[in-house]
Amino acid sequence: MKDSAYNIIVKGLITQNPVLVLTLGMCPTLATTTSAINGMSMGLATLFVLFGSNVVVSLLKNIIPDKIRIPAYVVVIATFVSIVEMLIHADFPQLYESLGIFIPLIVVNCIVLGRAEAFASKNSVFRSALDGLAMGLGFTLALTLLGSIRELLGTGKIFGHTIYSEHYGALLFVLAPGAFITLGFLISFLNKLAKSSKV
Amino acid sequence: MTYILIFISAVFVNNIVLSQFLGICPFLGVSRKINTAVGMTAAVAFVLTISTIFTYTVQKLLLQPFHVEFLRTITFVLIIASLVQLVEIVLKKVSHSLYHALGIYLPLITTNCIILGVALLVVKDNFNLIQSVVFAISTAIGFGLALIIFAGIREQLSLLKLPKSMEGIPAALIAAGLLAMAFMGFAGIVK
Repeated sequence: MKDSAYNIIVKGLITQNPVLVLTLGMCPTLATTTSAINGMSMGLATLFVLFGSNVVVSLLKNIIPDKIRIPAYVVVIATFVSIVEMLIHADFPQLYESLGIFIPLIVVNCIVLGRAEAFASKNSVFRSALDGLAMGLGFTLALTLLGSIRELLGTGKIFGHTIYSEHYGALLFVLAPGAFITLGFLISFLNKLAKSSKV
Repeated sequence: MTYILIFISAVFVNNIVLSQFLGICPFLGVSRKINTAVGMTAAVAFVLTISTIFTYTVQKLLLQPFHVEFLRTITFVLIIASLVQLVEIVLKKVSHSLYHALGIYLPLITTNCIILGVALLVVKDNFNLIQSVVFAISTAIGFGLALIIFAGIREQLSLLKLPKSMEGIPAALIAAGLLAMAFMGFAGIVK
């Protein structure tokens, strides 16, 4: 039974949100959400790669021999990652500094290869594009949310706008342990919401 | 002297999992039992050392001299993927028992950010070949340390009664956060 376009979108954004439900792509999630803007930018870069690679893999799905499909997908994904890396390096140098090695590491983000293998290799170009968009947006949403929480609790700002004085900020949230703890509480909170909405 | 500093930095101060956020997927996925954690560490150490040597060589002999450094991501990923494939084949022929011990972890390692991450870090920090190998081995040890401690904690966690929404990943993440906090105590050892 094939999903309708609506279902694809809802799955990517909410019910099968790659970070918050499927718990894939944890490395960039924890590392780049030190602030809302970093999280959002990382999400958008990954969205670009997801969209591009899903479309190209779907276009080539009947041409790529089955035995070498994974290396082939990896080359496609790596190409898009190289493109986005060069774009960010040229147009957003401070972002390039703050995201660091996690931009090239998009190529080993389990979400990207996972969607190429599970969806784009078996669906039409339109549906694969939609899936890439939805999963990418879901990823961006999760990262922006996590980044905002960490930035607000850690420094009292969101997207650089001061909400309350940095004096009351708990620096821990911007550092490594804070990432784990915030994500843990966020997922458990969403689990609770999901359960209570079912009852 | 530098090698000791690299070792201490990679294992404790800038632990690859707990402060650099690489290798979280296997960290959360393979850390439920101590013996699987040990197996994973061995596989990672093996692949990491070999792949660092290869990617370092390619960087120095191909990418830098020909000024095609923008091809780094693609070439590194292809090298790592082929290497893992090769290691699996060789292991199957050479040591069947080792293959069975490590075998299931090998495909997991290809998409593991640690391997590509370390390859890229070596380029960024401008190590020479021996420093890179020391760094790779130390990183694997740091990964193993974090993984095995965490597996111990998770084995204990699984015996507890937790609220339903906390069970599984959320509890593991919070425990990891506390472990990361503990490792922050090492900050300042290496300047």
